[in-house]
Amino acid sequence: MKRRDFVGLTSLAAGALFLPSIPGFGMGNAVDPAQLLEQVDPAIKKRMADAALNAAKSAGASYADVRIGRYLNQGIFTREKQVQNIASTESYGIGVRVIANGTWGFAATNDVSEAGAAKAAQTAVGIAKANSKVQKEQVQLAPQKGFGEVSWKTPIVQNAFEVPIAQKVALLLAANAKALDNGASFVNSALFQVNEQKYFASTDGSYIDQDVHRIYPTFGVTVVDRASGKFRSRQALSSPMGLGYEYLTPKAADKVAGPAGSDVTGYKMSYDILEDAAAAAKQAKAKITAKSVVPGKYDLVLDPHHLGLTIHESVGHPLELDRVLGYEANYAGTSFATLDKWKSGKFQYGSKEVNIVADKLQPGSLGAVGYDDEGVKTKEWDLIKQGILVNYEKIRDQAQMVGQNESDGCCYSQSWQDVQFQRMPNVSLRPGQGKLSVDELVKGVDKGIYIAGNGSFSIDQQRYNFQFGGQVFYAIEKGKITGMLEDVAYQANTQEFWNSCAATCDASDYRFAGFFNDGKGQPAQSSAVSHGSATTRFNGVNVINTARKIG
Amino acid sequence: MAILSKDEAQTILKKVLGFTTADECEATLNGQIGGNVRSARNTISTAGAVDNVSLAVEARFGKRSGVATCNQFDDATLRRCVQRAEEIAKLAPESPEYVPLLGPQQYLAAPASFAQNTANITPDYRAQQTAASMKLCDTKKLSSAGFLEDSAGFIAKRNNKGLEAYQQVTNLSYSVTVRTPEGTGSGYATADYNDISKFDAARLTQIAADKATGSVAAKAMEPGKYTVILEPAALVANTDASLLGALMNAFDARNADEGRSFLSKKGGGNRKGEKMFDERVTIYSDPSNAEIPDLTFSGDGRPQKKMTWIEKGVVKNLYSSRFWAQKAGIPDIPRPGGWIMEGGTQTTADLIKGTAKGILVTRLWYIRPVDPQTLLFTGLTRDGTFYIENGKIKHPVKNFRFNESPVIMLNNLEAIGKPVRLAGNLVPPLKIRDFTFTSLSDAV
Repeated sequence: MKRRDFVGLTSLAAGALFLPSIPGFGMGNAVDPAQLLEQVDPAIKKRMADAALNAAKSAGASYADVRIGRYLNQGIFTREKQVQNIASTESYGIGVRVIANGTWGFAATNDVSEAGAAKAAQTAVGIAKANSKVQKEQVQLAPQKGFGEVSWKTPIVQNAFEVPIAQKVALLLAANAKALDNGASFVNSALFQVNEQKYFASTDGSYIDQDVHRIYPTFGVTVVDRASGKFRSRQALSSPMGLGYEYLTPKAADKVAGPAGSDVTGYKMSYDILEDAAAAAKQAKAKITAKSVVPGKYDLVLDPHHLGLTIHESVGHPLELDRVLGYEANYAGTSFATLDKWKSGKFQYGSKEVNIVADKLQPGSLGAVGYDDEGVKTKEWDLIKQGILVNYEKIRDQAQMVGQNESDGCCYSQSWQDVQFQRMPNVSLRPGQGKLSVDELVKGVDKGIYIAGNGSFSIDQQRYNFQFGGQVFYAIEKGKITGMLEDVAYQANTQEFWNSCAATCDASDYRFAGFFNDGKGQPAQSSAVSHGSATTRFNGVNVINTARKIG
Repeated sequence: MAILSKDEAQTILKKVLGFTTADECEATLNGQIGGNVRSARNTISTAGAVDNVSLAVEARFGKRSGVATCNQFDDATLRRCVQRAEEIAKLAPESPEYVPLLGPQQYLAAPASFAQNTANITPDYRAQQTAASMKLCDTKKLSSAGFLEDSAGFIAKRNNKGLEAYQQVTNLSYSVTVRTPEGTGSGYATADYNDISKFDAARLTQIAADKATGSVAAKAMEPGKYTVILEPAALVANTDASLLGALMNAFDARNADEGRSFLSKKGGGNRKGEKMFDERVTIYSDPSNAEIPDLTFSGDGRPQKKMTWIEKGVVKNLYSSRFWAQKAGIPDIPRPGGWIMEGGTQTTADLIKGTAKGILVTRLWYIRPVDPQTLLFTGLTRDGTFYIENGKIKHPVKNFRFNESPVIMLNNLEAIGKPVRLAGNLVPPLKIRDFTFTSLSDAV
């Protein structure tokens, strides 16, 4: 889930005026943008890492890993014709995690030196020993070979931090102008850029240097009709991506048209913010007078930007093994996808059309890295095959709990100062094998709704019952889009919903939806994750009307 | 060095301001020590410690502003931090929403927001409190997951227009979820404190354990409109969005004036002065309240004072940025920290006694906006939902999804109980009629 996302763009930007760090977006210190291009020599990091590992072993640790992280962020915030804020932040420090007396301990410091690293290691061992007195189950790590000195870098074309701020501001203001020209009353836009320079070392003998990049352009358009007092919004159909600034150079081949009559364009590996801002304003305006939906059962045709969030909430989260086992019971919750269902080998999570895969590899995705935050090489694995639940998402200290001897490589920490733990990898619905276009998919629907863009979302703590909205809704009658709808939300049960999956379009329609701020853990941590899918049909889903009246 | 005294902090801030050549300059020091312990399955899973002081410097040349931060305090570092803020300011575009920094301010006398016993917490204290909670569940053969987090800190501000502020704050928050071994029952309890002398993890765990065992074998009831008793944890939360939290988050004057809030008026303007809620609804904020002592100044240095937001159902005040207050010619009121909903003397148990038919809700969860126009939210009940008949709890019921607006809810008010502290607010349990449940959930 994305707890931090309910902080809207408006409040995000307003808060940033007063705070050195942007809520929900990194926790660094404000710096001159020029500092965002600097790198630290891995040899220096190796000396500090060794100091931490040696100190941990001397203090009695049976295992230790150290993460020396430099986390760089830049956020540019605008509304209408003006810049609201430009924030460049850096956070640099060391986190040391140890096992002593069979118990985890963690400590972090912003004293980035050999002495600081050693002291953090000693503190971590002290915490592990204090907690081991009340500990019952010993930590057991899946074996992991050391990789020696290796490195990995997100394959970007252009580092967004190298692009002059003036150029980035100009692009956002041009998008705002497009929205205003097309009838928007208000528009907020923002560009987030992230670079994680992460150095990982462990007593297994790995020294892993990684340079990870992410980018997220977005906006929200609002149209206010003063006469009726009504207002409607439409958010951008961009996705946060594991790409450089090249994401903002639109290519025709990356544009995917929605069904005929829908006025929706989806985006693959590049994004046309100007085109989308104009479309958003027109659609927000149309929403004010769109027909209010008649509640009932409809066949839903869901675009990948929308479906990504449904996959995230109803498949990605319930298959996190820590949730299944109860480790998140006090916060995010547990899971309906219990071990007995998995062990049976025949739990029908979805229909035969449903093939869901986890990975940390897909180029352009937010999850893509070479190694995870506990030094495991990343991979791809099946979660659901032809509708049957076949596996979970797990890390080193969880594998033995389900009788496996290998981590899936999906351990992550949002910064050097937070302890790493199991996080959601990319979780994607494989496209259909046979050729099937969006228009062909819609043609077979007698009474349905096409939904594009992700909107309101809520799901229970075991991931049974969910309700989703969207950005734009179109009625489908007798195989054709007939006009826009409003006040649409659908409610379903996860297993029933995925078993109602009738067909998914072919690979030519496949693209990512992504989330920058997936929240989990206590203290809460944020992670970024992508979900690939093609436009997909679900039959007979319960749709409610969300319009109300207040006095 | 994490908790600096007022003199120590202001000495550093004076030095910082002495280094600037900017037209305006404001410096803020923020320090914190603390730690946390997390447990699940009756065993500790992770634990951590925090210790940091950071300085933020905002420099301004005309309408251009830049911020830089550092966390070391030798003269050279401080000087470099100021220079960086000045360099960033020179590169920044002019802000059309510029307002000058505030001059000297009068703040309320600092309430008891800092407690030494909270600042003295050790890793052993956290482990012992957690152990007491886990032991209770071991004995009862229940499974617990808990989180304890504490901090002690200070904030100090100073600018070259004469503003000066300083306050210390401590906090501990604890929550625990208890589940039956087969996962057929679940309960929750949470509490937070400035002063930990009343904190007892085992006592809270007992409440959660009773809810867990009491919620086994829940019966399904048809979704629809029901009279509900919402316990405080169903109204506010420190971990997630909440119905009353969402209501108070929507009291921004600018959004209302711009036509994109439930407080916007048809044709323009906002609904300040209108009666929008039941006349028994009064919500105010007060940093001096002894039960929720809070900061007496806001992030931008404006004084936090006692302020009424809703009085007898009437919208009394909206908060805004300084820029919007000046532009719109409205009172310049910062957004509050915690807030207080006035109530009566009845406990949740008393409210149950006075209910012929209804549903008791321990907690609402995964609350998300559906329609900002009507402040409609959706979410689910969790960790203890019970059917009430003739003043008594009859049996547990399966969890529901709701679709409801706090505006509608506070018009359908049947009774208000006695406020208790939760997430830094004072919140009473509420009895509400016609609360809208739209579907059932199998989740426990």
